[in-house]
Amino acid sequence: MLIIKCPWCGDREQIEFSAGGEAHIARPEDPAALSDEEWGAYIYVRKNPKGVHFERWVHSHGCGKWFNAVRHTVTDVFWDSYKMGEAPPTPPADWDGATTRAQYEAKTGQPGGEQA
Amino acid sequence: MIRGDGGPQGPRDAPFNAGPGAPAGRPGSDNRRMGDARVMTKYSIFSLVRNALSYHQNWQRAWRSPDPKPDYDVVIVGGGGHGLATAYYLAKECGITNVAVIEKGWLGGGNTGRNTTIVRSNYLWDESAALYDHAVRLWETMSRDLNYNVMFSQRGLLHLAHNVHDMQEIGRRGHAIKLNGIDSEFISPAQVKEMVPFINLECRYPVMGALLQRRGGTARHDAVAWGYARACDQMGVDIIQNCAVTGFKVEGGVVKGVETSRGFIGAKKVGVVAAGHSSVLAEMAGFRMPLESFPLQAFVSEPLKPVIDVVVMSNAIHAYISQSDKGELVIGGSGDPYISYSQRGSFDQIEHVAGPVVELYPIFSRVRMMRQWGGITDVTVDRSPILTKTPVENLFFNCGWGTGGFKATPGSGHVFAHSIAKGEMHPIAAPFSMDRFFTGALIDEAAAAAVAH
Repeated sequence: MLIIKCPWCGDREQIEFSAGGEAHIARPEDPAALSDEEWGAYIYVRKNPKGVHFERWVHSHGCGKWFNAVRHTVTDVFWDSYKMGEAPPTPPADWDGATTRAQYEAKTGQPGGEQA
Repeated sequence: MIRGDGGPQGPRDAPFNAGPGAPAGRPGSDNRRMGDARVMTKYSIFSLVRNALSYHQNWQRAWRSPDPKPDYDVVIVGGGGHGLATAYYLAKECGITNVAVIEKGWLGGGNTGRNTTIVRSNYLWDESAALYDHAVRLWETMSRDLNYNVMFSQRGLLHLAHNVHDMQEIGRRGHAIKLNGIDSEFISPAQVKEMVPFINLECRYPVMGALLQRRGGTARHDAVAWGYARACDQMGVDIIQNCAVTGFKVEGGVVKGVETSRGFIGAKKVGVVAAGHSSVLAEMAGFRMPLESFPLQAFVSEPLKPVIDVVVMSNAIHAYISQSDKGELVIGGSGDPYISYSQRGSFDQIEHVAGPVVELYPIFSRVRMMRQWGGITDVTVDRSPILTKTPVENLFFNCGWGTGGFKATPGSGHVFAHSIAKGEMHPIAAPFSMDRFFTGALIDEAAAAAVAH
């Protein structure tokens, strides 16, 4: 079972959460100006990366708040979670998905990644 | 079947030609073969007896392991059931034998070896009925066609309804299936009890009725990959395992070949059949697919004596069960809700599946689970597959089978092979083009695809 950090409640088990899919998808400002391809891509096409994924979760059986998180889709290890509206924390390029941000920082003694 | 190329026979072939296994009466020219494909011993009761006499020490390998050639007419990326079936029909029906199947791991080691082996065609829409029933009809003759026992068993498939909504859903879908000329019967809870005597009809979600497809059933998943591989190899297709595709060579919008961990392999056409990794390959080729990859897990129990002789699936409580010929209960449920390439499922799903199974079949409550595993399913929003041309010319994708690709293996390969050979999508495959996500002509099979993968 995944341990997920809710930015408000701290580490909790995955069964308290519901997954909300890819994060940071902005609704187009003027949908009428879009071609069918652009609109279809907005609705249906996802990055689906093998590696670093920025995604939404909701603490549905907890505080009920939505938040964003960064997870490695091969290891399922979360780099970090962050509140809605905050800038996403970008993991360092050499992150292999084996450690969380806290573990990475403890190991390397350096702040892990930049606030984009 | 095997066309002579007039070339000399390689030394590799020699032991296989003269032996007693070579079919008698084969014209001499047939013993010369494309590349170094070889004549296979036909599997039969006679070959079994002959090999028994030598303690089964002399069975020949089922397929070669050739080095990649610099160029092929068609390269298929992905050595699972669908990819191998595509190569098989390219060679058998389209006259294209200069084909390579490139597999990152081992044959059938992805979703082909990880599914719960269920075959059925009880889908709602006309487009799906055409595609999935095309596959079931090919399943019915596959063992004979391949000279390989894929253990296809049309033992019948029950789809249980547990509430009013379920009854309405199977009502609508059952009639749609019948209108498409596919067998489908509504049966009562009493009839379900007759077929599965130990089922607990009065469980938390009581069984109110069921939809039965008698032509549905199961097949031996590994045998499908092995049977196709053997038949492909016999026709001259090169099967190259442990060879990962790392990129595509595209010139002027036309694909020229694939970069692999074993070097560049040129190709006039490329078909990608990579299931959960389709998005990764699409990105290498410079476009994106309307897909997300989710883990889906399954379980088998310790082997039991024969206890359940149909496949039973249920949307509402989301569990499905059948018994393999080895006696194991094969059990599956829903996928994980987050995208992942981990090939593992989450632990809470095990409970979600085991709970309903025990509720429906109390006699299984003390059965021990033997193995659990996960596969990565490439899921589209309408739960229908994508068989399509792509923005890159001569590059074709066959993906999006999500949680239910195994049942379609021969049909998918058949229509995809014809699409690649002709350069235009086969009429059965055409509605499944990726354009449908832009035109809005989706084929929504959420109800039919939700269980029994």
